[in-house]
Amino acid sequence: MPYIPHTSNDIAEMLATIGVGSIEDLFDEIPATLRCGYLEKIPSSLTEMEIGALMRQRAEQDSGAVCFIGAGAYEHHIPAAVWEIATRGEFYSAYTPYQAEASQGTLQLLYEFQTMMANLTGMEASNASLYDGASALAEAVLMAVRLAKSKAKSILMPTTVHPIYRHVVQTIVKNQGISLVELPYDIELGRIAPDNLANFTQSTALVIPQPNFFGSLEAVDELTNWAHAHGILVIGVVNPLTLAVLSPPGEWGAKGADIVCGEGQPLGIPLSYGGPYFGFMCCKKAYVRQMPGRIVGRTVDLDGKTGYTLTLQAREQHIRRSKATSNICTNQGLMATAATIHTALLGAEGLERVALTCHANTTSLVEKLTAIAGINRVFKEPFFHEAVLRLEKPVDEVLRQLATSHIFGGYNLTKFYPKLGNSLLVCATEMRTSAEIDNYAEKLQVVMEN
Amino acid sequence: MNKIPDNLKYTESHEWVRIEENGTITIGITDHAQEELGDLVYVELPKIGQQLNLDEVVGVVESVKAAEDLYSPLAGEVIDFNAELEDAPELLNNDPYGSGWLFKLKLAENSHLENLLGADEYAKFIAKDK
Repeated sequence: MPYIPHTSNDIAEMLATIGVGSIEDLFDEIPATLRCGYLEKIPSSLTEMEIGALMRQRAEQDSGAVCFIGAGAYEHHIPAAVWEIATRGEFYSAYTPYQAEASQGTLQLLYEFQTMMANLTGMEASNASLYDGASALAEAVLMAVRLAKSKAKSILMPTTVHPIYRHVVQTIVKNQGISLVELPYDIELGRIAPDNLANFTQSTALVIPQPNFFGSLEAVDELTNWAHAHGILVIGVVNPLTLAVLSPPGEWGAKGADIVCGEGQPLGIPLSYGGPYFGFMCCKKAYVRQMPGRIVGRTVDLDGKTGYTLTLQAREQHIRRSKATSNICTNQGLMATAATIHTALLGAEGLERVALTCHANTTSLVEKLTAIAGINRVFKEPFFHEAVLRLEKPVDEVLRQLATSHIFGGYNLTKFYPKLGNSLLVCATEMRTSAEIDNYAEKLQVVMEN
Repeated sequence: MNKIPDNLKYTESHEWVRIEENGTITIGITDHAQEELGDLVYVELPKIGQQLNLDEVVGVVESVKAAEDLYSPLAGEVIDFNAELEDAPELLNNDPYGSGWLFKLKLAENSHLENLLGADEYAKFIAKDK
């Protein structure tokens, strides 16, 4: 449905039809003291040409730097075809698919999206997407508490989970009697040490990030088996791109993760200064009735033809009200569409190549940077496409100087992980060329020497 | 089928109660309830050994269009539940007083059977609903 504004003739005709003098008259019921006045100090309008010039000037202020920042949002190549297709009117303006007869296109695509996420994660069921990785983790925590029913509501949350995700989860669960128990990491290894878990056996669920916020790989099989041996549910938080090369959560340990969630941005979504992104959630089939979000199902109509519809709606608010699995009654339809097209274009082979290139580029970046005096790797363990470096100079100052050479050097970890000292999280995706990596090393050497 | 069998007791939340010969209690939902709900697709039942208190929510019956809480009309310990309903929830629609039973209780000492409705009282109650 396109957006077509009313002309003043349209408005006059409508007012005449209903016998009202002006639009303002329609608001008469609202007491004058409560009505908004006009906005003040709004500058006068600019022409299209003037706006164009202004926007170009503004864009130049922030563009042109080469990005080595990861920390939860990654710059990947998105084939032009992805957004060419995703911005077609049929996808772009599609609204909520609760009327199945009018939404078969959207519903079929979301069904494909669910299939894709279930395949990638190695899980049996998927929903049609959530808002983002952080809130998806919060939903996974709430789901685990519902599944466990009688047990104490305590969730093991490693400090190697993204700090902002942990903050969001805390905000969402803090008034629901759920406690998040901080699980410390081993400062040598840069991941959770499975031997240190003896005190935590009375928990509802264990969150396992893979890779973790440092880019390091957690001991997912050992952790999953430990959790299941104590009747603890396993929630995996994963980067979907890594699933092309890492063991998928459905295959962790003997029984696989119970719930999987994460941020889908790496699959065809531009950085866009922080969003929109999309969250995803998958689970074992036995748990599907406790999964929040929309779920699309495939069925047959009265004539036996294949059709798609939203299903298991008794979980959702409009039926279950305060006992619904979530207050979410939507999904990130456009982002999920783009991710499905992106992944279909790349295919399993393409996704694997991207993942391996990211790993190779970060390996090269780390080698070149640690060759500089005053820069060292903090953890010795394997990483995917991010690593932590310790600098002998304040990270803030180093990053500021690198920025003057149009390099975004990485993410400063000092604030969230003070025990790591002057530490920097660096990332080189498939988009970083060897020339860019060499240039970073050269410029950083100069900064360290001054 | 007699829609409101005389030998059972009832509640205002549309559960029926049968006192068995050995003193245990069988609980289900009435024909009126299953008709209102429509085709049942899923039933969530309490676990064996679970201690139930009066009027506590112990499970859920879910149809295509609605999900209703199941209340316990009596206090006691769950000694059995109808496992057949997992694969065949339609038993509840087709035979709500027989093969569609939900769970069985061992009564707690302070249980109040006398607060339950008789068949006539329940009939009057649902007549008011219509």
